[in-house]
Amino acid sequence: MAGSGKVHMRNTGNTVLSVEDLVVEFALSKKIAVQAVSGISFDLIQGETLSIVGESGCGKSTLGKAILSLLPVTSGSVMFAGSDMTKIDKEAVRNLRPQMQMIFQDPISSLDPRYTVRQLVSEPLEIWSRGSAEEQSVKVDELLNSVGIDPAIAGDRKAYEFSGGQCQRISIARSLALEPKLLICDEPVSALDVSIQAQILNLLQDMKERYGLTMVFISHDLSVVKAVSTRILVMYLGKVCEIATPDSLYDSPKHHYTYALVSSVPIPDPSKKVSRVILEGEPPSPVDPPSGCRFRTRCPAATELCATEEPQLRDMGGGNYVACHHPRD
Amino acid sequence: MSSLLSLSNLRITFDTPRGQLAAVRGVDLEILAGESLGVVGESGSGKTVLSRASMGLLTMSTAHRSGTVVFDGQDLSTASREAVRDTWGTGMAMIFQDPMTALNPVRRIGSQLAEGLRVRLGMSKKEAKKRSIELLQLVRIPDPEKALRKFPNQLSGGMRQRVMIAIALACNPKLLFADEPTTALDVTVQAQILQLLSDLRKELHMSMVLVTHDLGVVAGHTDKIAVMYAGEVVEYAETKELFTNVRMPYTEALLNSIPRLDQKSSGRMAVIEGRLPDPTQQEPGCAFASRCPYVQEKCQVEHPELQKADNGHEFRCHFPLGVAR
Repeated sequence: MAGSGKVHMRNTGNTVLSVEDLVVEFALSKKIAVQAVSGISFDLIQGETLSIVGESGCGKSTLGKAILSLLPVTSGSVMFAGSDMTKIDKEAVRNLRPQMQMIFQDPISSLDPRYTVRQLVSEPLEIWSRGSAEEQSVKVDELLNSVGIDPAIAGDRKAYEFSGGQCQRISIARSLALEPKLLICDEPVSALDVSIQAQILNLLQDMKERYGLTMVFISHDLSVVKAVSTRILVMYLGKVCEIATPDSLYDSPKHHYTYALVSSVPIPDPSKKVSRVILEGEPPSPVDPPSGCRFRTRCPAATELCATEEPQLRDMGGGNYVACHHPRD
Repeated sequence: MSSLLSLSNLRITFDTPRGQLAAVRGVDLEILAGESLGVVGESGSGKTVLSRASMGLLTMSTAHRSGTVVFDGQDLSTASREAVRDTWGTGMAMIFQDPMTALNPVRRIGSQLAEGLRVRLGMSKKEAKKRSIELLQLVRIPDPEKALRKFPNQLSGGMRQRVMIAIALACNPKLLFADEPTTALDVTVQAQILQLLSDLRKELHMSMVLVTHDLGVVAGHTDKIAVMYAGEVVEYAETKELFTNVRMPYTEALLNSIPRLDQKSSGRMAVIEGRLPDPTQQEPGCAFASRCPYVQEKCQVEHPELQKADNGHEFRCHFPLGVAR
């Protein structure tokens, strides 16, 4: 696994977000620092959905937060709307924030329990003084209707009165209030039942079309991102393993880690006995990552080369880029 | 095989400010020795209440039970608190959903593991420690002696769930309830834990009840499946039979809502519109009628009884799938 390299970057005119060599470090003590994200690059074209997939601790949420400048970036650049978010001052970052919004994993704890639904959705409009009070109220009704919540019935109730799926709908309405260009969804459905999951995924697709959104979708579950993604980026211990379109990723995963992720998804059909690769153990500590390819300690195909040299991303054709010395056929 | 746990006409209601909430509405289920049963349903379908009631864990004064629970020949519905308690650990044990909140954060793993061994099996400290190490080896925790001295927050989610499993297995239970054991975990760790539970069940000749909202999780790991909806069992069959010959429209809808990697994606996902009926109300018809794509007039007025096909496949539907309508 590896990581570095930028062959997958496209230089088209309508790039919304371009991340290059992004590194995010956290200091554990004065001497030791852990790199949660170590040298990630990708770009995102208007209207695309990029899914970032990996296990807990691979740095995917840190990456999402770093894109929004919610965390200090150690090095690298995040180009959004013509500015490098890592170089401009705080006030300039704040002025860009309405254009980039985030939906969080736990829909219940990410909404203030003392606010009514109407207050939750109108708060961004008030902060940014968008329109008169009357216009704001019309906008809130429109947003709530569009996410399938009846403002007349639910508008004056508080968030804790709703189920997880409904809270996630309210979060979506709130994040769309300022009509952002970029929406980052951090595990938006992992706290929900499968039946509700499908509803929220469909809703996100509808909202994407309706508001012309570009999305980053963070998840640990490859099956969830299948329907929504234009491209999928697989992360392991802060590095990129593979970046590909969904069809080529699911049909022929090139990276051994991607293959393991694909085969861990349970298939609701007992007659299908797929050859399953169950990964042993857990990711090593990012404080002291393995040399060379970071996945080599759990990889069935690891050789000496993997310990000494970090694989670079290379073009496998068909829109598939992989960072592996011994990719799968 | 002999019957290990048998529930008949089990009904659980709770007192709430909005009136009586019927969480479980007349469930009959039987679990044989050595068998694994999957209990599947959405949040609020009553699956967790069902497993807790089976173990006698619903002790709050607002919970009311009718019907019987017979475990290993003993009627727990009439037994004393002490007699019910005596079945815990050695008879029945439970793994809870969230391993972080189920473990005590201020006690070391070793003391939490030893508790059951000391209290229930009367082991000495030394014996309990030895057995604890064996248990951690059983659940494939590397370096068990070191793990005994750790606190829960020093372990990952997957490791904590392994500790929970070790605690549940400590006194060799005959029946293990696993209530959404992998919902809080990554897919890779989920695959490990499900495989571990399956292996352990065979090694230790246990019965298991696997409670989950995901039909994908139970597909490869159970002998039989009971699908619950609004407090009732709406379909019950052997796992293979259920997946090849779905009779209940609700089960079909649940299956369709799972994102599949083994099928081409069509862009939009199938959803079950609407939601579970209000559990404080008792509607006359089928509880799934308002969300069912095949609903007919009869479904609104008459509550369907559980029908049983020749091969033991049970379903609660006036117009089951697979029959010309």
